[in-house]
Amino acid sequence: MEFAELIKTPRADNVALHRPFHPAVEGTLCLTGHHLIFSSRRRDNAEELWLLHSNIDSIDKRFVGSLGTIVIRCKDLRIIQLDIPGMEECLNIASSIEALSTLDSVTLMYPFFYRPMFEVLEDGWSSFLLEQEFELLSSVTNEWRLSCVNKEFSVCPSYPPVVIVPKSIDDEALRKVALFRHGGRFPVLSYYHKKNGMAMLRSSQPLTGTNGRRCKEDEKLINATLRSGRRGFVIDTRPLAVAQQARAKGGGFEQEVHYPQWRRIHKYIERFNILQESFIKLVEACNDQSHNMDRWLSKLEASNWLTHIKELLTAACLAAQCIDREGASVLVHGSEGTDSTLQVTSLAQIILDPRCRTIRGFEALVVREWLQAGHPFQQRCAQSAYSNSKQKWEAPVFLLFLECVWQIHRQFPCSFEFNEQFLILLFEHAYASQFGTFLGNNENERAKLKLPQKTMSLWSWVNRPEELSRFQNPLYEANSLVIWPSVAPQSLQLWEGVFLRWNRPSKFLEEAEEERINIIKYNKELQAKVNALRRQLAELETDGEVPEEE
Amino acid sequence: VENVRLLDRLSSRRAAVGTLYLTATHVIFVENGSETRKETWVLHSQISSIEKQATTATGCPLLIRCKNFQVIHLVIPQERDCHDVYLSLIRLARPVKYEELYCFSFNPKLDKEEREQGWKLVDLHEEYNRMGVPNNYWQISDVNRDYGVCDSYPTEIYVPKSATAHIIVGSSKFRSRRRFPALSYYCKGNNASICRSSQPLSGFSARCLEDEQMLQAIRKANPGSDFIYVVDTRPKLNAMANRAAGKGYENEDNYSNIKFQFIGIENIHVMRNSLQKMLEVCELKSPSMSDFLWGLENSGWLKHIKAIMDAGIFIAKAVAEEGVSVLVHCSDGWDRTAQVCSVASLLLDPYYRTMKGFMVLIEKDWVSFGHKFNHRYGNLDGDPKEISPVIDQFIECVWQLMEQFPCAFEFNERFLIHIQHHIYSCQFGNFLCNSQKERRELKIKERTYSLWAHLWKNRADYLNPLYRSDHSQTQGTLQPQIAPCNFLYKFWSGMYNRFEKGLHPRQSVTDYLMAVKEETQQLEEELEVLQERLANLQKSQSGNNKVKSKQQDRSKQFGLYTSNNSLANTPQEYSNDLKSFPSRSPSQGDEDSALILTQDNLKSSDPDLSANSDQESGVEDLSCRSPSGGGCLPSEDSGKDSDEAVFLAG
Repeated sequence: MEFAELIKTPRADNVALHRPFHPAVEGTLCLTGHHLIFSSRRRDNAEELWLLHSNIDSIDKRFVGSLGTIVIRCKDLRIIQLDIPGMEECLNIASSIEALSTLDSVTLMYPFFYRPMFEVLEDGWSSFLLEQEFELLSSVTNEWRLSCVNKEFSVCPSYPPVVIVPKSIDDEALRKVALFRHGGRFPVLSYYHKKNGMAMLRSSQPLTGTNGRRCKEDEKLINATLRSGRRGFVIDTRPLAVAQQARAKGGGFEQEVHYPQWRRIHKYIERFNILQESFIKLVEACNDQSHNMDRWLSKLEASNWLTHIKELLTAACLAAQCIDREGASVLVHGSEGTDSTLQVTSLAQIILDPRCRTIRGFEALVVREWLQAGHPFQQRCAQSAYSNSKQKWEAPVFLLFLECVWQIHRQFPCSFEFNEQFLILLFEHAYASQFGTFLGNNENERAKLKLPQKTMSLWSWVNRPEELSRFQNPLYEANSLVIWPSVAPQSLQLWEGVFLRWNRPSKFLEEAEEERINIIKYNKELQAKVNALRRQLAELETDGEVPEEE
Repeated sequence: VENVRLLDRLSSRRAAVGTLYLTATHVIFVENGSETRKETWVLHSQISSIEKQATTATGCPLLIRCKNFQVIHLVIPQERDCHDVYLSLIRLARPVKYEELYCFSFNPKLDKEEREQGWKLVDLHEEYNRMGVPNNYWQISDVNRDYGVCDSYPTEIYVPKSATAHIIVGSSKFRSRRRFPALSYYCKGNNASICRSSQPLSGFSARCLEDEQMLQAIRKANPGSDFIYVVDTRPKLNAMANRAAGKGYENEDNYSNIKFQFIGIENIHVMRNSLQKMLEVCELKSPSMSDFLWGLENSGWLKHIKAIMDAGIFIAKAVAEEGVSVLVHCSDGWDRTAQVCSVASLLLDPYYRTMKGFMVLIEKDWVSFGHKFNHRYGNLDGDPKEISPVIDQFIECVWQLMEQFPCAFEFNERFLIHIQHHIYSCQFGNFLCNSQKERRELKIKERTYSLWAHLWKNRADYLNPLYRSDHSQTQGTLQPQIAPCNFLYKFWSGMYNRFEKGLHPRQSVTDYLMAVKEETQQLEEELEVLQERLANLQKSQSGNNKVKSKQQDRSKQFGLYTSNNSLANTPQEYSNDLKSFPSRSPSQGDEDSALILTQDNLKSSDPDLSANSDQESGVEDLSCRSPSGGGCLPSEDSGKDSDEAVFLAG
């Protein structure tokens, strides 16, 4: 298919661009296969806006006389307005944008056409391999092994080809366990707590059904992670009633009789469609320009967004507490094990593992616990909060995770190597990107699409020193401790950086960040100068044959 | 009273056992056991309410709520003791004479001269000069020399030059409590001014020629503009109701060239109830997110804060952008008017956003113009209906602005919190009484100390590390957004949940940056020394005269927030399920975390306290401090101070 067929009017002049907190700009609008490009004509202050079609969530058009107006709502929550003279031009452009922003085929997406303008220093597609992770693990324990049972994606289509499982469980047993778990997602290692040797596993629900089916291999697998005489916790992200209902459809939960060493805790985390509704309501509240405080607070409350944040953080803290404080192993699952499960396991690692609070470690966490673990990014991020069409599989599951990280970051502003911008970057790229990283729903699909060969990885770009420097937290001081956030409502705040990003003048906050960077930078420069002088002095002093009396 | 238990609100399991002491000025709780002997000090004047609850098996619970938002939950074993403590506290917390207040016994061991210097730190005469008055348009009037015209106004009053004594006196008779229009802020750049007064006694039709002339005079003092705004900060309905009582608001028809505007800020009773409701939300035990947000909305608190801010923004805009003078009033012109004038001044003039300027601002718009500190903050036993968090709201407005303009203020959040604390503490004389007249009669300046000097001495603790006097945010007028989605009004947990450290960010960016800046300064000094040394060495290769280089003690400086991390090591109660889990041995987990928490509370409070929590000070010392009114300077927090502490008897 040719993109040109979809572009009825490739160019329009005398278009006015309106954005909040910016004066209107007049310029030329161009449509290409993947971008909407607006360039102002003014010589003195040439300005270009490049917008990926895949970033467009919905568009509206309206006419006053022959002047058409298109309102574009983006997946990164920005809203822009274009005034286009000429009804036909406007209609053509609107329908072109509509067509180009809703392409069905993945292989038509921009990442397949994008050619990087930078030199690739390190291929991000091979930056985070589970094999490397396992190597690190092997240096502290030999109770685990790398299994290739899923190398053809035959045992579990949503798992990566290699997984880490208890050493005592062979591949044959894993195949049996896979049949006992929803979607074949048998329990695998998510995190190993070096401090006390406790493990966090994740899986999907067991298929016990109404007649209480059991699977000896499943029991053996998870029991293999327990120390003798100790118990473990199963954290089920559904309420008990839902878990019980699931039995009617063949699902279920671990019953005490068959798992006597495990204690089950139900911590309810909302399902994806509820989350999407909440997301839409919140964004609507944030775009309400009314001056009424009551209305704002009641809309904020009615969106329930912060409630979901609180629930999620609480569940993650609980999992972390079981591991670190109770010295117990933990198995986390909900129904499919691809959404709330991953939120809990990845957040618990942020709390427990200092490595996950570094840039590299956080990237590894996103790769391991989200991409490789089979979170269906393509389904979940197909539409954002402005979508008009009826939702199918969309949900801000990953965004919620990022926001929880931000909440913890806010409480421990010196313990993270990355800054808020880094989290926002991941949010943007999960929804629309020139990179192939977040395409596909799991490793299986990514392999079929040949993403590593045909597209560029986000990590290849982001890990270049000049990019990395933008995402560094100037206040970072490595903190080797477990960090326990407060989940009290007083401690949680709306993530302005995402939800009010386009609705507030950001200048003052950016200036503050700049100030912080400068203070630290100046300090480091002085430190370096002083050290250099000290060395120079020491050399001079020894050269001068003055006896040292230090 | 011995064997008293101090409960932790967040967790009933974390209770400290200790001894409760009542002195003439403080309630003191000293923990038993642990070698730290953690102490909790509460000034009687901070006590807002005492509640005795029904006796339980473990003892008699006593709930002490403080005006600085601390809530102390004690359990006293014997009902009788509890009742005695209760009765004593009720008496102690409600002094009837000013002389009973702490500031008259408080002695920071400064000599007379230092005390006088302290009072001179903020000089309003100097401040009006700084603004640029007196000048061609404005002059000092001596009509109120002996408080003869208005007893709640200061003696020194600035009025338009064309306003004669006759006009002033005439106007004062037409205004509630004779609070005639007087200058609050003058904008040098364009001659626009902010004046303040009380409501006119207009009833349904009364007029007053002198009052009309007075407003005319204010307009004339700003030659660039042909009208003035008259801003009535009350809701229209309230103002109209006042007409029936012979009061009311200006009729645009009677005054030439005024534009009249209502800005609906609610009255002190609504504000008092609103705060009460919000504090109830803060006190909820493990509230859900909707409980909290719903309660916050229902309290209306942020709505009121926004109303005050909006009024300030309106006035600042009129003055800065339109160059139009504004007359502000409410009913008596000492509550809402003070809030709105000070917010507007703060937005307009960067000077008020410095530490010194902020002190001046409070002294000018609040203290000198007769804001009734004694009544509003219940320093002496009085009518509970007079109590209202008027200045608290102003302080919160400042904090909300600090959140939006992080580089614009020279001071930090702690500065605001400590000022709020001392408005209630009565440790310093600044905020005593209801007017300048009363303070002069009491000879406050001779008998008490000034808070401003105390804060100024410790100013290093109150600096905002992001502030630079040459930064763009510190120049000119601040122009905040209005809509809640553009200007995010936040719940201020640093104030209202101030004593629950567990709810706050565990690492303080401010403290971190201050430590870095301090280190930077040391590095600069060292660099200079080293360069000098190098130059000497290069001159004469002998280099015998070695300058001992300063050792950088990075770890010490950074101890402040690394110690905070130990708090990070305590999980909260994330699940009730966990408690009953049988495999948990009692010796693990929560036991040691409780210990960490208390130790950390000791450390993680304000730095001026953490440095000097004198853990060795035992019970013996306490007797020295009472009952004659202690020599010990209680700190802003309830932990104990301080290196300034002096034991009079000792």
